[in-house]
Amino acid sequence: MKAFFVGRHRRNSELVLIILSGVVTSGAYVLATVGRLSSIPANAMPFLIVVLGLFFAAHVATRFLAPEADGLLLPLAGLLNGLGYVFIARLNDELAAQQAVWTFLGVGLYCMTLFVVRRSRDLEQFRYILLFFGLLLLVLPLMPVIGQTINGSRIWVRIGPVNFQPGEFAKLALAVFFASYLIDKREFFRAGTWRVGPLRLPEPKHAAPVLLAWGASLLIMISQKDLGTSLLFFMLFLLMIWVATERLAYLLTGMVLFMGGAYVAWTQFGHVQTRVDAWLKPWDDPLGSGYQVIEAQFGLASGGITGTGPGRGFPQRVPAAETDFIFATIGEELGLLGATAVLMAFLLMIGSGLRAALGARRPFSKLLATGLTGLLGVQAFIIIAGVTRVLPLTGVTLPFVSYGGSSLLANYAILAIIVRISDEQTDRPVDAPTPGRRRPKVDAGAT
Amino acid sequence: MNRQIRQLGLAMMLLFALLFARLNWVQVFDSEQLTADPLNTRRVVRDFGQRRGNIVTADGVVIAESVNVDGRFDRQRHYPEGPLYSHVTGYFSFEFGATGVERSYNDELAGHIGVQRFESFFDFFGNGDVSADVTLTLDSELQRVAASALGDRRGSVVVLDPQTGAVLAFYSWPTFDPNVISDTNLDAARAAKEALDEAPGEPLLTSAHRQVFPPGSTFKVVTAASALENGVVTRSDPVFPDVVNYQLPLTEVLLQNFGGSLCGGNLAQSLERSCNTTFAKLGAEYLGPALMIATAERFGFNDAPPFDIPLVADSRFPDHYGIQLGESDQDPPAPIVEGSSLLAQASIGQFDVRATPLQMALVAAGIANNGDIMQPHVVGQVSDAADGALLARVDADLWRQAVGSSVANAIEAMMVGVVESGTATSLARGSLTVGAKTGTAEVNTVSGAEDTHAWVIGFAGQREGEPEIAFAVIVEAVPGQGQQTGGGVAAPIAAALIDAYFG
Repeated sequence: MKAFFVGRHRRNSELVLIILSGVVTSGAYVLATVGRLSSIPANAMPFLIVVLGLFFAAHVATRFLAPEADGLLLPLAGLLNGLGYVFIARLNDELAAQQAVWTFLGVGLYCMTLFVVRRSRDLEQFRYILLFFGLLLLVLPLMPVIGQTINGSRIWVRIGPVNFQPGEFAKLALAVFFASYLIDKREFFRAGTWRVGPLRLPEPKHAAPVLLAWGASLLIMISQKDLGTSLLFFMLFLLMIWVATERLAYLLTGMVLFMGGAYVAWTQFGHVQTRVDAWLKPWDDPLGSGYQVIEAQFGLASGGITGTGPGRGFPQRVPAAETDFIFATIGEELGLLGATAVLMAFLLMIGSGLRAALGARRPFSKLLATGLTGLLGVQAFIIIAGVTRVLPLTGVTLPFVSYGGSSLLANYAILAIIVRISDEQTDRPVDAPTPGRRRPKVDAGAT
Repeated sequence: MNRQIRQLGLAMMLLFALLFARLNWVQVFDSEQLTADPLNTRRVVRDFGQRRGNIVTADGVVIAESVNVDGRFDRQRHYPEGPLYSHVTGYFSFEFGATGVERSYNDELAGHIGVQRFESFFDFFGNGDVSADVTLTLDSELQRVAASALGDRRGSVVVLDPQTGAVLAFYSWPTFDPNVISDTNLDAARAAKEALDEAPGEPLLTSAHRQVFPPGSTFKVVTAASALENGVVTRSDPVFPDVVNYQLPLTEVLLQNFGGSLCGGNLAQSLERSCNTTFAKLGAEYLGPALMIATAERFGFNDAPPFDIPLVADSRFPDHYGIQLGESDQDPPAPIVEGSSLLAQASIGQFDVRATPLQMALVAAGIANNGDIMQPHVVGQVSDAADGALLARVDADLWRQAVGSSVANAIEAMMVGVVESGTATSLARGSLTVGAKTGTAEVNTVSGAEDTHAWVIGFAGQREGEPEIAFAVIVEAVPGQGQQTGGGVAAPIAAALIDAYFG
């Protein structure tokens, strides 16, 4: 009984936050239109109604399917998605229309995932199937006919009129596999029977499958010239094995491995060298490789503390302003304040995700929530770091914010899994019937 | 595992704190430097695409406006009158910058002036219209008449109000259509610019203020003013004998009157008849280099007037004539120098004397305004584009005191004599007081043909009033066309202007 009231309280605050983020998004939408055209958009009210309606639907789904889940995750996703949409619409009407469709589908996928995955542990049994699908998704773009090279990266698949990046979904599949496999085998990894210097590593035979999966995904990513995603997979794996084994050695070894790998990539691959040059000394080639990064810095600088105002800057000067560089757009037009708000939104989302992981009772769920949250956080970090020249640019999307159907759908699926896990964290016995299927009736006198 | 998860949370916080720190650096501390970076064209593109105010004539004809376009820029400039005002408005090109009033009043047109910004609530959030309209002093009717009277002859017409310096007409031919250079189709704009750069007559190089020409006999006004101002002659004394030519000092060279005619008389008569002999002798033997240079410079030579159309060329009066060799036998004697023969030619506006048509209009304006030359300007006022509120008014401002008022009035009367009974009788209007001086300036052409620039400068007003307009007209020499006289070629254009203004 107590749990249900906790849940209802969470759902109510979620609803309030959703309304708030809908109002913020609509306000930004109105301002962006005023900024561009000096008039209030005619569809301001319909926009607000659609945004609120969409996320209200997701909220209702959550209320029924995961009533005790964390109440911050969905409003934060809605806020980031909404803000992203506003800036995509401000840059490109056509992409905005598509993004609207993707948002509908994404929210639909969120609800569907919650509906289908009633217990996170149910996923565990599909680990090898997911591994297979994950790897298949990664290889798909390399296939003739359907594989497409866009902007130098062969990470696209074209089926009929639809382009999508299967790698986005591979992240989710592989995270599930890693979680399940690592929890299963963690005693072996922890045992550390194989000593190398001061390090105690697991016996090669236990580590092999994981190393294989990781190496394969890495290799495929390098062959597809998608540095960002390969870095993501690598970090995902590192984080998960570190948390699963509770051994810092894995993280440190992995970091060293990564440094070595990065150095080798830098000496071997032209496109990696270009990225590093564009990061360290963009001004050497300001109209070529350094152009995008320099323009992003100019944009952020012109934003200053309060920004130029939505619709009043020139973010379209930065190539890929709607996708990888959407953060530069926000920084330019909303300034340091708006950009910091986006950072805070991600931090809160990470916090909620990790809180779900902490509360999860089953190690698999705990690790999966950690991995998926880490994925969102690391992905947000590396693209923002790339845009602000903290790290070399590696083209990944800013979760929920960037334009991109595959990314949006995958992130909503990830969000749903995290929400599902956070729903399971309460005192309710693990084997209790899933709420929503059979909700206990509220008895006014029972508490 | 929970410990690792908490550590991960902490690590993510640190990473995001790093991003926050970096953002502070880029957006706040380093912002100014990044904004000032020469590669940063944001400001330029912003200015270019923003709405600019209209440029309108004094009588309200819109001659430059912003129109919405698709593409990289939000707007581009449209000049409804095409080539008619191109030398005044200039063009507004992304690649080639701005010229004319588009350049000199860029801040006002674009809305960079403080009072124009943030007037309303919406200005704060939107790209509200903070631009200002610029109203010129030009009169559309006079400008149209100037253009049609000049036709497709190379030349310039400058008309201004001598009492305020306000320019009423400003036209040069060849001209160009500023619309094509201002096109946001940058390839088309570039092609148009290249074609204009190659075009004969350099249409982009406005002849009215950016090119200089020998002023010929119109310069005799300056020589006469110097003679009166320095007291070496009076209006009626001495009387220069009628002669055919004048032997230049220290040479065997004979300087002829126009057409080899006999010419002479007192100062007023000599000006009416435009005697080369009289004015050459005045400069070389009565005044000498120092006095001539001083007067010429007080009229604005060896300088350029402040003007709100940028890039005015310096008008020139040669200021080196060598060392003194002796004295003339006039009373008071003038120094005879190595270059006295050149000074004699300079005194009739030949040799190396060069003037912009604008400068010659200012000479006429100074005479018409009691010797005071007012700063010329084409902009009358700046007003808020949204509500029409007056933001700034251009006031009349003195540029030079060329000569004293008594001298100016004496010259003014002599120039009226030129119209009444001299070389510019075609300008005579019964109800008006019109004064003028014609000029027929020889150009040394390769062919050796005596091609000439035809000039007329002058002023006109109601019979009992002060002059209301001052003007300069030049029809440039055309190689091989031979002589065209100021009275015959340039004066009819001035007549059309006078009729249009007072008609």
